Parts: sequence; C-alpha cells; structure tokens
Amino acid sequence: MKGLAELYVQQFKTTMAMMFQYRASLLIWMIGHVLEPLVYLIVWSVVATSEGGSVGDYTKREFAAYFIVLMLVNHVTYSWVMYEFEYRIRHGSLSFALLKPVHPIHSDIADNVSSKVITLPFMLVVAVVLALIFHPSLSPPPWAIGVFVPALLLAFLVRFLLEWTLAQAAFWTTRVSAINQTYFVLLLFLSGQIMPLTLLPHPVRILAEVLPFRGMVGFPVELLLGRLTPAEALMGLGIQAAWVITGLVLLRVVWRAGVRVYSAVGA
Amino acid sequence: MSYLRLLAAFFRVSIRGELAYRVNFFVQLFQSLLGLGIALGGLAVIFSFTATLGGWSPDEVLALVGVYFLVGGMIGLVIQPGMEELIESVRDGTLDFTLTKPEDAQLLISIRRVEIWKLIDIVLGFVVLGTALVRLGGDVGGGEAAVFVLMLVAGGLIIYSFWLILATLSFWFVRVENILVIFQSMYEAGRWPVSLYPGWLRYGLTFIVPVAFATTIPAEALTSRLSWETLLGAVALATVLLLLSRGFWRLGLRRYSGASA
Repeated sequence: MKGLAELYVQQFKTTMAMMFQYRASLLIWMIGHVLEPLVYLIVWSVVATSEGGSVGDYTKREFAAYFIVLMLVNHVTYSWVMYEFEYRIRHGSLSFALLKPVHPIHSDIADNVSSKVITLPFMLVVAVVLALIFHPSLSPPPWAIGVFVPALLLAFLVRFLLEWTLAQAAFWTTRVSAINQTYFVLLLFLSGQIMPLTLLPHPVRILAEVLPFRGMVGFPVELLLGRLTPAEALMGLGIQAAWVITGLVLLRVVWRAGVRVYSAVGA
Repeated sequence: MSYLRLLAAFFRVSIRGELAYRVNFFVQLFQSLLGLGIALGGLAVIFSFTATLGGWSPDEVLALVGVYFLVGGMIGLVIQPGMEELIESVRDGTLDFTLTKPEDAQLLISIRRVEIWKLIDIVLGFVVLGTALVRLGGDVGGGEAAVFVLMLVAGGLIIYSFWLILATLSFWFVRVENILVIFQSMYEAGRWPVSLYPGWLRYGLTFIVPVAFATTIPAEALTSRLSWETLLGAVALATVLLLLSRGFWRLGLRRYSGASA
C-alpha cells in the first residue's frame, strides 16, 4: 500500500510536468466540455422562456444551474482512455507498461487526476463567467453539499473503471471507434447531459437510473441542485457503489483475458 | 473530368478495402441509427414541452436534423479522413509520396481517403429530410429546392476550406489534430437553429467556425427564411474561403521539407 502511494506521488510529479506539455490538447478538451452543456443550456432556456418560464420542474435559472454544475461534474469525471488504449495496443506501447510491476491503470489514474488539477481552475473561471451571463439559481441544503463530495468521487470511479474496461475491447478488435461512439451516445443521453433525467419519460428514466450512466454525471448534479431527498441520495450512492464493484470485477476479468490474447501488433 | 475519375477510383479502392471488414457496415449502421434515434428522441422530448423552438416548428427542426446528418455524413465521408491523413503525413513525412504524383496535391489529399460507411449517414440524412419535407407539405417549390442545393454546395465548400486551413496549420504546428475535436463539438451546435443562440455565440458559429453555413442556412433555404443578403453572403464567403485556403495551402507547402531531408 505504501509502495503504491509512493508510486502515485512520483507519477503525479512526472505527469504534471508532462501535462503542461499538452496544454493545447487540454485546452481543446475544455472547449468541448464547455460548449456542449452550453448549447443545451441555451436550448432549454429558450424552451423555458417560450413556455412561460419553466419546463417540467425546472425554471430557466434552474436549467442554468443544472448545466453549469453538469459542465463541472462532466469535466471532473471524464477520461480519454477509450481513445488512447487502441493506440497503445496498435503501436505496442502497452508492452512497456506490462513490464512494470504495477497495473497500468494506476498511471492512468495519476495522469487523469493531474490533468484535472491543471484544468479545473480554468473550468471554475468559465463556470463563474457563465453564471454571470445566465444567473443560475442554486441553493442546495448543507447536507447535500456534504454528500456531493463522495458522490462526485464515486462518479469518477464508476466512469473511469467502466471506460477502462470498455477500452480493452481493443485487445480483440483494432477498430474500436464504433464501440466508443456507441458508448458516448448512450452516455450523453442517459447521464443527463442533454436534459435533466427527470424530464425523460418514466421508463427511460428508470433505465437511466439503474444503468451506470446517471451515476457518472447526472446524480451528483441533481444532488448539488438540492433536488433529491436523503433517501434518494442514499439510493444513488448505493447504485454508484454497486457499479464501482461491478466495474472492478469486470476490469479484472477482461484484463486477464485480454492480456492473454495480446501480442503487440508488429512484434 | 479526370478529377471525377480519380474520385471514383478512390471510392472503388476504399470499397474494396472495407469489404474485408463487412462487419463495419453493420456497426456503422447501428451507430448511425443510434445517433439518429438520440437526435429524434431529444427533439421528441423537447417538443413534448413546447410547440415551437425559437420560431421553428417540429417539422422544420426535423428538416434541419436531416441537413445536419447529410452534411455531417459528407464531412465524415471524405473531408475529415483526408485532412486527418494530411496532418499525419506532414508529421511523418509521407506527404513526399503525394507531392511526387502528377496530379494536384491539394486535390489528392482531399479525396484520397474515403470512409465509405459514412454514406449511411448521408442516406439517413436524405430520408429524414424527405420525411420532413413531406410533412411540411407543398411549401417547398422548385425555386426553394434550387436555392437549397446552392446553399448546401456553398456550405460544403466553406466547411471544406475551413478544414483545409486548419489541417494546413500542421506545416507549422505538430499537434493540430486536436482542433478536429473542437470542430466536432462545434458542429454539434449546428443541430439547432443558430438563431437560438445569444449574439456572441451566433457570430462565433457563423464566422469563426462556419457551422451555421453548413446546417442552419441550407435549412433556412428550405423553410423560406433565407434573405437575399444571406444567400449572396454565403456564395461570396464560399468563394473567398476557397481561394484563401488554396493560397494558405501553397504557403504551407513551401514550408514543408519532408521527413528525411
């Protein structure tokens, strides 16, 4: 355990320096992460305005709060491993990672977290600017703010573990973009990035809640907006925890099978 | 005419290449239908709460979605793959092989890669567009159809020139492919009428990243919202950008020194 902690510290130091080299790509990811929620914020505001100020149980200013918080939660929980993994396998760079005495996921987590240490301050500035433009109304009860922290952490873990597991599809096929895209479309729709999930028809909403997607983004957002009762919050945390465990199991199973079929292309 | 023959040849080659991966057809079909389902599902949810969106009726937005798929399919079919390959070949120096060929290099890099399965998106776009037009009834006459095609061509040329300019940046900068990610998220914004957006964003999506010309403006032509100024502006911009991107491409080429040189 102590060894792993030291590894993380060291990995943070190196990747922090590395991430500064990738300033441009970090900036570009951020632009994408701002634009998408911004578009839906505007679309729903237009609808709310034309419908006399609110849609379902969201007013215009609550939509603003929803999508600004969502922008931050989505940014904190995203990973790019599904794009990168195929490259690692195709170019054989995974071989080096396999030589190390620890699972490669640890360095990925360190990369991911250190990139966000760099980008999050900028995203917060953007959130403040958007708040000045769109006047969100946000007044969560104190307990919800407290629960938001573990919910956000679990959201990151669910998303990271499942995306890492899915990324391993690259062990079996060199053309993973279809799988990735399918996943991202589902994520977009069912995690609440297009609309608050409470606006979805009931059956779809239940589906979104049981599947891991709401736990990746929508659940922490709804929590911070003060829209959940303590019982609902507990339920949400439970579903997240269940998916973390499922993710861990799947990751191990797939990894074992995957490493066995792996032979670096070109080696 | 020889250009068309070349394009046909590239099509044939990529069909042959792709036939080895027939599963990809079904994967892409599934993916496209999924994307369309999400777009229509989103519209259904939004229009279950409101009758018009910024003055556009459901069927008019449906026509816009059709245009969005159509143009997105064209970008994915030939523009994006070609530009991605250009960026890569500038970096690793394989552009040498293209430059030594007896055809215009810009033309070659623009059409040599064809993602054949993206034709599915184009077909779907036509289907959605057709459905929307039938539902809109007899409002679309021959004149509107002609203007629509003109605007579609202008929009396509604008997008192409814009991509070429971005890809040409790779002669100066190494990691340009990330810009494609920006374009993707910007293009998403084109699924909605740009008139919804507040002024600063509307201008951004029209003049900085010309998404509006590719989707909203052709759709406006179909739904008789297009003014003469916009029409002429689109044609003028297409011409200017095409020339500008050509000039920029030649400027970039002059800087290119190959991999081993």
